[in-house]
Amino acid sequence: MTERPAVGPPARTRLRAAGLTLPLVAFVGFSFLFPLGTMLSRSVYDPLVADALPETLALLEEWDGETLPGEPVFAAAARELETALEGRLAGRLGGRVNRVASGMRSVIVRGARAAAEAPAATARETLMVGDPAWGEPATWRAIRTAGERFTVRHYLRALDLDRDAGGSIVRQPEELRIYVPLLLRTLMVSGAVTLLCLLLGYPIAHLIANAPPRRARWLILLVLVPFWTSLLVRTTAWIVLLQTHGVVNSLLVALGIVADDGRIAMIYNMTGTLVAMTHVLLPFMVLPLYSVMRTIPSHFMRAASSLGANRRQSFFRVYWPLTLPGTAAGSLLVFILAIGYYITPALVGGSSGQLFSNMIAFHMQTSLNWGLAAALGGILFVVVGALYVVYDRLVGASSLKLG
Amino acid sequence: MRYRRRRQRETAKEVVVPDDATYVEFEGVSKTYDGVTPVVDGLDLQVHKGEFLTLLGPSGSGKTTCLMMLAGFEAPTAGAIRIRGRPIGDLPPRKRGIGMVFQNYALFPHLTVGQNLSFPLEVRRVDPEDTRKRVARALGLVRLEGYENRKTTQLSGGQQQRVAIARALVFEPDLVLMDEPLGALDRRLREEMQYEIRRIQRTLGITCIYVTHDQQEAMVLSDRVAVFHDGRLQQIATPEGLYEEPMRNFVARFIGENNRLSGRIENIDGAVCDVRVGDTVIRALRVVPGEVGDLTTLSIRPERVGLAPEPGLFANEFEARVEDLTFLGDHLRVVVSVLGADDFIVKIPNVVGHGAVIPGDRVRIGWTPTDCRALDHKPESTEP
Ligand SMILES: Nc1ncnc2c1ncn2[C@@H]1O[C@H](COP(=O)(O)OP(=O)(O)OP(=O)(O)O)[C@@H](O)[C@H]1O
Ligand SMILES: [Mg+2]
Repeated sequence: MTERPAVGPPARTRLRAAGLTLPLVAFVGFSFLFPLGTMLSRSVYDPLVADALPETLALLEEWDGETLPGEPVFAAAARELETALEGRLAGRLGGRVNRVASGMRSVIVRGARAAAEAPAATARETLMVGDPAWGEPATWRAIRTAGERFTVRHYLRALDLDRDAGGSIVRQPEELRIYVPLLLRTLMVSGAVTLLCLLLGYPIAHLIANAPPRRARWLILLVLVPFWTSLLVRTTAWIVLLQTHGVVNSLLVALGIVADDGRIAMIYNMTGTLVAMTHVLLPFMVLPLYSVMRTIPSHFMRAASSLGANRRQSFFRVYWPLTLPGTAAGSLLVFILAIGYYITPALVGGSSGQLFSNMIAFHMQTSLNWGLAAALGGILFVVVGALYVVYDRLVGASSLKLG
Repeated sequence: MRYRRRRQRETAKEVVVPDDATYVEFEGVSKTYDGVTPVVDGLDLQVHKGEFLTLLGPSGSGKTTCLMMLAGFEAPTAGAIRIRGRPIGDLPPRKRGIGMVFQNYALFPHLTVGQNLSFPLEVRRVDPEDTRKRVARALGLVRLEGYENRKTTQLSGGQQQRVAIARALVFEPDLVLMDEPLGALDRRLREEMQYEIRRIQRTLGITCIYVTHDQQEAMVLSDRVAVFHDGRLQQIATPEGLYEEPMRNFVARFIGENNRLSGRIENIDGAVCDVRVGDTVIRALRVVPGEVGDLTTLSIRPERVGLAPEPGLFANEFEARVEDLTFLGDHLRVVVSVLGADDFIVKIPNVVGHGAVIPGDRVRIGWTPTDCRALDHKPESTEP
């Protein structure tokens, strides 16, 4: 090594130190970036239809979209559908087109079977024997849309938008809008949960931060024990407590506060979601708050009162501003966790207490529309990112204190 | 200010001793945190209006606790504290109208200098125009004009200190408490700030109670100094009084240098007494109210000890052996062994003809009985 000023370890050592982080970098790449990337790419990239019907789609490019396409298009479609049927692809193909216009699955599958049997002279008649819908331009429009290799239609749907016949973007009719209202509701629920956590967590954190060390240790433990308990256990505990014949209702009835036939519905609705989520996320608020409050020496409050401030003034003008980094960190954490929360609403939310993530899960597991699920996830991703940017502008990410 | 008018009305009603001079009074005040060890023990103390009083004592002697009780952050276990004759036991800190400078400044880190200073005015609902003027005036007082918009974290130690003082003064309290405000500053800055504090206190005519464990600082600043030890008030006197006439062994030790000799009272003769040290008898001023046979500690300031070339110059004269010698410019510091002590210090002023001595020399030293005070005796081991 040549002589050089002592400005840190030599390059080789630094390289070796960086090398030690390689497994982690690889792990993060493998377990996080790669799945995230594939998932997000699914929201804009779907080659299945395009690969199955290349010739048909090429011919459809010249089509005006209003009249029925000509015999060559029918012939190409019949040929390619037959191939798809042999490759056991017809069902999935039908499913893809079905997402563009409902009812298309059976049209495609029947068309494919008819093409394989070839009962009529022309391809057009053959397909129309399979299903008369083949004689309508709408079917061909659906195939053309589903055949786009790169598409924003998942995002359009996720934002309750659609293309009209002319191809321009319009909002869905009121009664078909699902995702935007759900997203708004999720944001509101997350906001409410954050607020509840702050209202409950602030005094708790204050109590712990100002308790004598021994008691503080116990109190911290009380906050952490639920934190260490399985999420499922905690959530089902709320079912035991809040259900119609649960502990709380029975107590209220026994005390004569509510009538036996007027038991309050506290679970399997929004109330259940709010209560259980607040409970689950409370430690994420308490811990950052506590770690900030612990560093605020008592002489600041003493100084405030010696300068003539009453309790309220000392709190709002001295204590609260000093705890802002903790408040902001806790709120950000709780809000971001709440916005993507899935298990708790799924278990105790009933039908009215479902959140955005439950919809993503539905499209992943039940409807198997991964493209749409990915688009919904992408939207969530953007919302969280935007929140972080706003936070950074307002508070500064460097002041984040996460415990 | 609203609360101040009310306080005055109540004062008029509740005055116990209408004594114009006494502003703050501690009467029999005791404090214990654990119910066993007294941190402050039977404190009686009067602070006069416009006075600069310093509480001086070693670490843990209860000085801060006294201030905290006066400011209202701790309650006395026994006794009463009065301000202007009015007991303040049930007044919360914010209603005591006391300016306080904390040991670690306690400047609000999220506020600027100007906002720190306007805080006490805003909570009192002083109108904004007036607030601005008073903040500017207070900053002028501590020579920090134009620092309103600085963050307190961007100030040097001395500047933070001055902001803390300005903040304690800006709402014009009659009484200001300062808890070791210069503790964190370097020597030069300390001296500068001592002067500033004294100047401000004189200019405003406020009463100031100051805490320090630095005796020199106490001497420089104070009208009177109250010396604390183990929660007890040892002596309260002017700086001069403390130095010249320490009433207790602890005070003599704590303030300035002194030589101590242990002995037993052999004979009492009014204000003086004879004390036997080893096999010598020394005539001393009787300060401790002891009896014949009691143990006593004699305290002699090094500069009051003289060389006696001819016998008969002092009432107390002894043969001593020079052990060590340091030349300090204005005086010679000579360590001699005498009367069984081998660390007896003599300061000889550097005047023409002080006579050169070298280690090993035998010299005659002596002092007058009034410069030799017979104080209470405490075994050396329990001393700080
Ligand atoms: N809040 C408290 N709880 C229990 N003991 C305390 C408390 N505050 C002070 N003490 C004890 O009381 C004694 C006196 O403390 P105090 O703070 O008054 O001393 P001090 O004279 O100000 O000392 P220093 O010069 O070190 O500041 C100490 O022994 C200390 O341990
Ligand atoms: Mg102290």
